[in-house]
Amino acid sequence: MSERKLVIPGEIIVSEKEFLPGEWTEKRNDEIVAVRFGVAEEQDRLVRVIPISGTYQPRKGNVVIGQAVNILSSGWFIDIDTPENAFLPVSEFPRYINRGEFADVLDIGEMVVAKIINIDKRGIDLTIRAHGLGKVEDGLIIKINSNKVPRIIGKEGSMINLIKEETGCNITVGQNGVIWISGKDTEAELFAKKAIMYITENFFMEGLTEEMKRWFEEEKGK
Amino acid sequence: MLETSKLNEGKIKRYLSEGRRFDGRDLNEFREIKIETGVSKHAEGSVRVKLGKTEVLVGVKMDVATPFPDTPNQGNLMTNAELTPLSSADFESGPPKTPAIELGRIIDRGIRESKFIDFEKLCIKEGEKVWSVFIDIYSINDDGNLLDAAGIAALIALKNTMVPKYDEEKEKAIYGEHDRKLPLAENMIPISLTVHKIGDNLLIDPLKEEEDVSEMRLTTSGFKDTIFAMQKGESGTIESERMPELLELAEKAREKVILRIKEYL
Repeated sequence: MSERKLVIPGEIIVSEKEFLPGEWTEKRNDEIVAVRFGVAEEQDRLVRVIPISGTYQPRKGNVVIGQAVNILSSGWFIDIDTPENAFLPVSEFPRYINRGEFADVLDIGEMVVAKIINIDKRGIDLTIRAHGLGKVEDGLIIKINSNKVPRIIGKEGSMINLIKEETGCNITVGQNGVIWISGKDTEAELFAKKAIMYITENFFMEGLTEEMKRWFEEEKGK
Repeated sequence: MLETSKLNEGKIKRYLSEGRRFDGRDLNEFREIKIETGVSKHAEGSVRVKLGKTEVLVGVKMDVATPFPDTPNQGNLMTNAELTPLSSADFESGPPKTPAIELGRIIDRGIRESKFIDFEKLCIKEGEKVWSVFIDIYSINDDGNLLDAAGIAALIALKNTMVPKYDEEKEKAIYGEHDRKLPLAENMIPISLTVHKIGDNLLIDPLKEEEDVSEMRLTTSGFKDTIFAMQKGESGTIESERMPELLELAEKAREKVILRIKEYL
């Protein structure tokens, strides 16, 4: 097995003995079988599947983008595309807020960039006390499958930097698949959106960053 | 989950007031329509319609039934819509909810009130046996404007429907054998078309994100300058002075749609 391939659950990835089952695979007899829909790859004889579908699995430390869905007396409920809503306590706001002014600071329907600080049985806790976090002021919000986020960012951010450079937009990618694009005008933002959508459709391609360079040249030639 | 945010709503509205849309279309422009007929082996008529990324499947099934007491010499029509959970994050499995019921009823009313199907020709024996026409609508993917996609699909499916032969002895339909097409009105094509109002702008064929922020929609089923049925949706209003503008937009769009789907009619 040399190159990446798309697999579905139950599909045999390799049937030679010398391979070992990795993430999202299992060994049946001498065969390594995929248990998730995704891209199978092999490294040092270890075979693993990178899932490309399914819901977002929240993890501590993830930066996510969510939408305020409810205001309580102690903070906001934020929808970050997880089964349960996440909570942003007012104490995690960088400044003091008077009671009754919550809606002025972050109203229902508005978006916020936040970081997950804790996950337990009660739910997910968020904070916006760090650099780069806070309310989404202006721009465009798009949603992609969270499993494709690593491809949007690329190796050490190579892909996202390429898009930022080519479109001149500021892009914040939430680990939950929500992306905030903010550029000088709507055209630039829509161009960035188009680029991101092209990546999500060709996520399995090898040398995707090179392909995107070609894509940008082609699009700019138009 | 994650409805179109206020941020995007403002952006869509501002862009629309400049007369532009996110996908580069004009306000009165339809997306590309792709049609594939005969997709179901067992239905009497079937079609798959793609409107950009929106996709619907419509099947027409026919059966022998007893007529309703108030129309003893006319066939029956039943329209049913199912919004499948896979087609959108907003749809869930279970009993049909308001959007699915509304979709079915809008399509049903448009076809029924236009007298597109000649129901008297579907009578087998007055007061006892008539043909029943079932139109089943399934959403495959929802990227906005399922209403118009379903309307176009229902129309083409009916045009492709063959009436099964009737077994006089057993008083049952013989499926798989046909002798005639569904009796339809000649020279009339009742297209249902929806105009949306976002901000002060009227537009047709909205994308999902535009549909999410739509303040008012009006579906009119009509042909040329005749309107057979109407349905208004969403909570917003429209000024009576703007109604002529809306109806003209719908009428022109209908003409264009007919030109594009002509070869399947």
